[in-house]
Amino acid sequence: MRFELSYTQITVYALILTIFFDMFITKNSLLSTLRFWFSYFIILPFQLFTNWWLTSREIVIYNSESIIGLRLAGAPIEDLIFGFAMILAVMSLWESKTNAGKIR
Amino acid sequence: MSQGLELANWSYVAMLLFTLIGSWWLEFAFKITVLRRPKKLLLSILPISAFFLTWDAFAIYQKHWTFDPDQILGFYGPLDIPLEEFAFFVIIPIAAILTLEGVKVVLNRIKR
Repeated sequence: MRFELSYTQITVYALILTIFFDMFITKNSLLSTLRFWFSYFIILPFQLFTNWWLTSREIVIYNSESIIGLRLAGAPIEDLIFGFAMILAVMSLWESKTNAGKIR
Repeated sequence: MSQGLELANWSYVAMLLFTLIGSWWLEFAFKITVLRRPKKLLLSILPISAFFLTWDAFAIYQKHWTFDPDQILGFYGPLDIPLEEFAFFVIIPIAAILTLEGVKVVLNRIKR
């Protein structure tokens, strides 16, 4: 039996695990903070631009069967969510190591 | 990579450089200490990168996407993943942390 997951599934699982990590492991609950969303909205246009660069130039070529097919700025929506999850996870771990999360 | 590199081979690297250049100055502009705490930075990034790289490697293994050999440098790490893809999982997190710390400085200034 082969274990398979589409990119869409991988993305959703990564997001769920990350939210769990942020809420219950680091206990930072960054998703409910102004500083996280403020940061993410600064990052978002850059993320869209770099995703667009990688996909529109076909540096990365997606298998159409692996993705749901919804695209934003040329890139599969999965890329945006996968990136979002990674950014959230990294910020959450960073804050738990610096205890800087006391502000806001 | 037996032949010489052409400009197009730097396409993925260009995106990584763009992210690096776009974020490193935050350290100095906002007087934050992210890059100057390399141990903390690495300890925050590596566990997360390892986790996301595993998912990434699994996706690549399943051929969810492929890389254009003409637009990467042609160095491959473990699991036949291009060097740029590994660098992605270090550079993007650093940029994210720099942004977060910069934002905190700004929010604290507003608060006062």
